[in-house]
Amino acid sequence: MEQHHHTVSPEISVVHHHDSGTKRIWKTFWILLGITVIELGLGLTMYAFPNMSEWVHIAIKGSIVILSLAKAVYIVSIFMHLGDEIRNMIMTIAVPLMLFVWFIGAFLWDGYSWKNLRNDYDPYKREEGTRKMEKKEHGAEQKPSHLQ
Amino acid sequence: MAQAVPIERKWWSGGKSPFNVEYGKLMMWYFLMSDAFTFGAFLISYGTIRFSSNNWPNPNHVFNAFPFLEGINLPLAFVSLMTFILIMSSVTMVLAVHEGHLMNKKGVVNWLAWTILGGLAFLGCQAWEWTHLFHEGAWWGRNPFPNADGSVSTTNFTNFFFTITGFHGFHVFSGVLINIIMLFMAMSGTFDRRGHYLMIEKAGLYWHFVDLVWVFVFLCFYLI
Repeated sequence: MEQHHHTVSPEISVVHHHDSGTKRIWKTFWILLGITVIELGLGLTMYAFPNMSEWVHIAIKGSIVILSLAKAVYIVSIFMHLGDEIRNMIMTIAVPLMLFVWFIGAFLWDGYSWKNLRNDYDPYKREEGTRKMEKKEHGAEQKPSHLQ
Repeated sequence: MAQAVPIERKWWSGGKSPFNVEYGKLMMWYFLMSDAFTFGAFLISYGTIRFSSNNWPNPNHVFNAFPFLEGINLPLAFVSLMTFILIMSSVTMVLAVHEGHLMNKKGVVNWLAWTILGGLAFLGCQAWEWTHLFHEGAWWGRNPFPNADGSVSTTNFTNFFFTITGFHGFHVFSGVLINIIMLFMAMSGTFDRRGHYLMIEKAGLYWHFVDLVWVFVFLCFYLI
């Protein structure tokens, strides 16, 4: 596996060992496709049973999020070959991305808190959800005035 | 798994790249990391607004149309096709990179051409979807879709949808352009003369990133 030659690029001292087959690529493809089908199935389950309890709803959405993260890991580590790089290099990319933990948590929490505050103190916001939208036929929407 | 490196190898003593990757490829990774934050900021602001809303339109009721099958209720079917096209073009891109490692010019050209075709197919699908939604009355600043419980919705839904899928579509578009340039460079033998196909790897990284972003756009707008 270890070869010393500089024909590739002077910056590359150890040439990666690439398996001559493409089995790993196709296996990853089937995994990604399978996960996507499961995600769709879960999404359509929520559509088919609109009256399920809030709890089940959140559990299904949570599973879809986890499945999407799994897809992301497969794409980055197999398709983008990040898993084959030197550990130090992986870390210079992975460590800054940890900022997302705070980024997502803090902002969603803030949005949720803003909703609750407005529901408590803003009577207009409270009533907003009670106004029904007139049901329109599909495709028969009113066109914006400048298009007519 | 991380690459096995002999323990006595001194990466930091000078004379070689401590990360064992070409400068351009390393910079492509750092660019993609920063781009991940750009998309992340978009999606998180969408999430924040959604979490601050009492109600939100149901994607199953908004995205239920399919070309040539007018009037039939097919929730999420078309976007699934788009997702499949993008995953598939990601696979053909890895295969192009793989052929590049083997210095097989014909293989690279063949798989790159398929990747470009996949990218164009995805863009075509997105153009159809935007047109369809526009004719339904949706655009920046107007939202014909009621919330899931039938109450009046805001324009937040359409504003975020068109901005974020548009930004992603622009990435796909530039990815297709990059791949076309790579195709011409490969065909003219530039990489053969250079002795390596590292440019294909860098273009591949960008292309996979576009697929990666779509995983999250698909998740945030269509699935949940």
